[in-house]
Amino acid sequence: MGTRTTRTTCTRVIASVGAGAALLALSGCGKADMSKQASPYANAAGAKTVTLSVQSWVGAQADVAVAEYILKEKLGYRVDKVQIDEIPAWDALSQGRVDAIMEDWGHPDQEQRYIKDKKTIVPGGDVGVTGHIGWYVPTYFAKKHPDVTDWKNLNKYAKDFRTPESGGKGQLMDGSPSYVTNDKALVENLDLDYKVVFAGSEAAQITQIEQFAKQQKPFLTYWYKPQWLFKKVPMTEVKLPAYKEGCDADPEKIKCAYPHTPLQKYFNADFAKNGGDAAAFLKRFKWSEADQNEVSLMIADKKMSPEDAAKRWLADNEAKWKAWLPRG
Amino acid sequence: MATATASTPVRDTGIGALLRHRAVTKLLLLAVVAAVAVPIVNAKWASGAWPDALTVDLSEPLGKASDWIIDNRDSHPLFVYFLGHVSNAVVLSVRGVYLVLLAAGWAGVTAAAAVVAWRVAGVKLAATAAAAFGICGLLGMWVPTMQTLALMTVAVLASVVLGMLLGLAAGLNDRVFRMMRPVLDTMQVLPAFAYLLPVVLVFGIGVPAAVFATVVYAAPPMARLTALGLRGADGGVMEAVASLGATGRQRLLSARLPLARKELLLGLNQTIMMALSMAVIASVIGAGGLGDRVYQALASVDVGQALAAGIPIVLLAVVLDRVTGAAGERLGAQTEDTSVFRGWRGWSLAAAVTLAAALASRFADRLEWPTSWVVQIAEPVNTAKDWMVDHLYTGVPVVGGTADWAAHFTTYVLDPVRDGLQGLPWWSLLLIVAALAWVIGTWQTALTAVLAMAAIGVLDVWNASLDTLSQVLAGVAVTLVLGFAIGVAASRSRRLERLLRPVLDVFQTMPQFVYLIPVVALFGVGRAPAVFAAVVYALPAVVRITTQGLRQVSPAAMESAKSLGATNWQVLRQVQLPLARPALLLALNQGVVLVLAVVVIGGLVGGGALGYDVLAGLARGDLATGLVGGIAIVCLGLMLDRVTQPTERRAKKGA
Repeated sequence: MGTRTTRTTCTRVIASVGAGAALLALSGCGKADMSKQASPYANAAGAKTVTLSVQSWVGAQADVAVAEYILKEKLGYRVDKVQIDEIPAWDALSQGRVDAIMEDWGHPDQEQRYIKDKKTIVPGGDVGVTGHIGWYVPTYFAKKHPDVTDWKNLNKYAKDFRTPESGGKGQLMDGSPSYVTNDKALVENLDLDYKVVFAGSEAAQITQIEQFAKQQKPFLTYWYKPQWLFKKVPMTEVKLPAYKEGCDADPEKIKCAYPHTPLQKYFNADFAKNGGDAAAFLKRFKWSEADQNEVSLMIADKKMSPEDAAKRWLADNEAKWKAWLPRG
Repeated sequence: MATATASTPVRDTGIGALLRHRAVTKLLLLAVVAAVAVPIVNAKWASGAWPDALTVDLSEPLGKASDWIIDNRDSHPLFVYFLGHVSNAVVLSVRGVYLVLLAAGWAGVTAAAAVVAWRVAGVKLAATAAAAFGICGLLGMWVPTMQTLALMTVAVLASVVLGMLLGLAAGLNDRVFRMMRPVLDTMQVLPAFAYLLPVVLVFGIGVPAAVFATVVYAAPPMARLTALGLRGADGGVMEAVASLGATGRQRLLSARLPLARKELLLGLNQTIMMALSMAVIASVIGAGGLGDRVYQALASVDVGQALAAGIPIVLLAVVLDRVTGAAGERLGAQTEDTSVFRGWRGWSLAAAVTLAAALASRFADRLEWPTSWVVQIAEPVNTAKDWMVDHLYTGVPVVGGTADWAAHFTTYVLDPVRDGLQGLPWWSLLLIVAALAWVIGTWQTALTAVLAMAAIGVLDVWNASLDTLSQVLAGVAVTLVLGFAIGVAASRSRRLERLLRPVLDVFQTMPQFVYLIPVVALFGVGRAPAVFAAVVYALPAVVRITTQGLRQVSPAAMESAKSLGATNWQVLRQVQLPLARPALLLALNQGVVLVLAVVVIGGLVGGGALGYDVLAGLARGDLATGLVGGIAIVCLGLMLDRVTQPTERRAKKGA
């Protein structure tokens, strides 16, 4: 008898769970729009909210810091920031989880998919900064060995760049796996005696570069401009075979340097249309490399809060940011 | 835990001999199997690493699957009529809780936390709770704390409901119980990092994905403990209730569930702790809140700011742990409450106080935490970190700097272990795994372990997995040496144990990410910092279990050994350690699981191998790399768990 009643209880439990699920299914008969999935924290307590995606490098944080400060203090918005890697950020933008990406380094596949095909994302114009990725050695090392700045001589110096992580080869330090990189293919195709070691995140890479610099040790790293770190650790670019349009078409066969990319802003299509003052302001936001570096350096090196850094920059550059505010 | 260590002490000598005997039999059997199989296998696929002929390339189907999901997410019925609603429901409920918390204002929330703690756990914890929330505000983290709290509330509720349903089914039905156990075991061994990607693909970046990842991680302890509580119901009481003519449902509601109250509360406690430990990992997929602040601060190498966001997580964890723990103890104590505020009166007073505080802050227009009350701790912390880095990194006389240690550790420990593992013929590794798992467990556990290891080969990530494995082994070795040493010391001195307790609490609840950047600053980029971060994270659990295990060795046994003239060292080695063997094995098992969980996050600081694959998959939306890496981590976890798990499973993860 004992087992039978347990079994009926069990059936009842299962039945009620089933009923619950059915109820859920019934109540959910309408269509759910996966392209309108705002963050639960947005527009809370009567405040208008803009959600910005923050990329992990400090330049993007500087863009966001200044935009955030103006949105908050001058336009009366509440700003939510979410840190997401570059490609998932495009997806989040298309779903409306974030309203804007402030600095994109070029993702042709994503542009095709979301802007041209699905039309859920629209371009937001230039940031005003041109980005360039390359290989760098510290200037103190380049001065002592001027010929290291040509890729043809890199093999000669491989032993100087050796670390415990690179085995017997020289170490080429890369950063986060999310960053645009052809380094593994380049090392292979240019017959270099190097091993690409991924630091795993920009933070780890910066920390390591600063440590090397403190000891005046030689190192070779994937790095990019604009970047505040150049002010602290001067670095010299290593010349790779020149970039020509289309030479990076086949990722396996790349043998050339990285291009110079004018960095772009992108908005969720719905936000661009109905985002009011916030969207109008973000569209007009455009500043120079020097401006961005100034704010980046305050945030990352002087450890100021992004808010304080933005405040200081705004105080010194009134004419620039006043021009971004929506007119009327 | 108590059941874990109490049962074995006395029967060691007899069983021990038998066990050794049985182990020999098992090994002989295995040797026979190997003698037959190895020559055949070796003739067919002679290669050191896993043979290519036995691999499956999943990158194309997985890539297609991921494209399909992204292209059909806005139109396919599965999403439009089901997953979309689930996602909306999560967003709505998180939003609802968040709005309530904001409406209550900081005063209301703090008051509510204090009075609830007072009602369930007494005055002392009420003060702790109020102080904890105050500190969250002081650190300038009020809004992120509320976001995390809202997300946690929903995730914990969902985990509890799901866990209880599963637990009910398993508690009432033997077959379900048997089927569910391996599933729950597996879920608890999975490092959370491994399954972020599939969740993200379905729900996109953001809160719904974070809640789901959290539920997968946090529901198993609830399910397990519910089932345990229901099955453990006193037979006599059940008999009595049945003889009174109660129906099945009545017996469940009026006898079984109430009798299982303690286990249910313990389950709730475990679920909350696991959910909180996910808060930061989930920030990688856009959960927002405190975890996101930790993650952002680390991106700008700002350890101070990361700590400012990490402390509220620790505080939330400590308060919730103590309050639910105290509630559990009170339930057991059965003391008659004689105060004026017992029962409904106490609760209505609590509600009134909360309401008053919320309204007061509303009318004073002080809903948000005042900015002038924020204390900046980031700067001094960073100064301290910089000092450490400047003075410890390299060139310290005699002992050498931390960077030198890391370099030596990499060259003399990690490299040889990795190269050794990768150099072994693949079938010999399978044999080693089989032997270890069989000697310590049953043939089923051995089979699971071998299959898990073989799956890694089939997925074509053999070398990367062995790289990760070498890091885990090195990390576990360091953790065990340190953990046993500290544990032995703590078991001999109550004072040391008391001193250690808050330190262990902090290290155990501090999000793993917070360790990552300081370890890079001290040890450079690479595998070494990943291993050290893992050691820091796994150490508290190992120390705790060791201390407790040694403490529970019967004093009589130790006394008699001493009276026979044994020295302290002899007592420890010949009486205490052998008698505490089950606890030490459990410590080993926990150490392995926890080290693996952090070593894979080490991908963020240059740990490479599987952690890097998962990270790269997440960052590039590349399901093939990420998912295969994730599955390999899961297989590695399963294998390691089975190899270190004594015959019967004894305790839960995070115990």
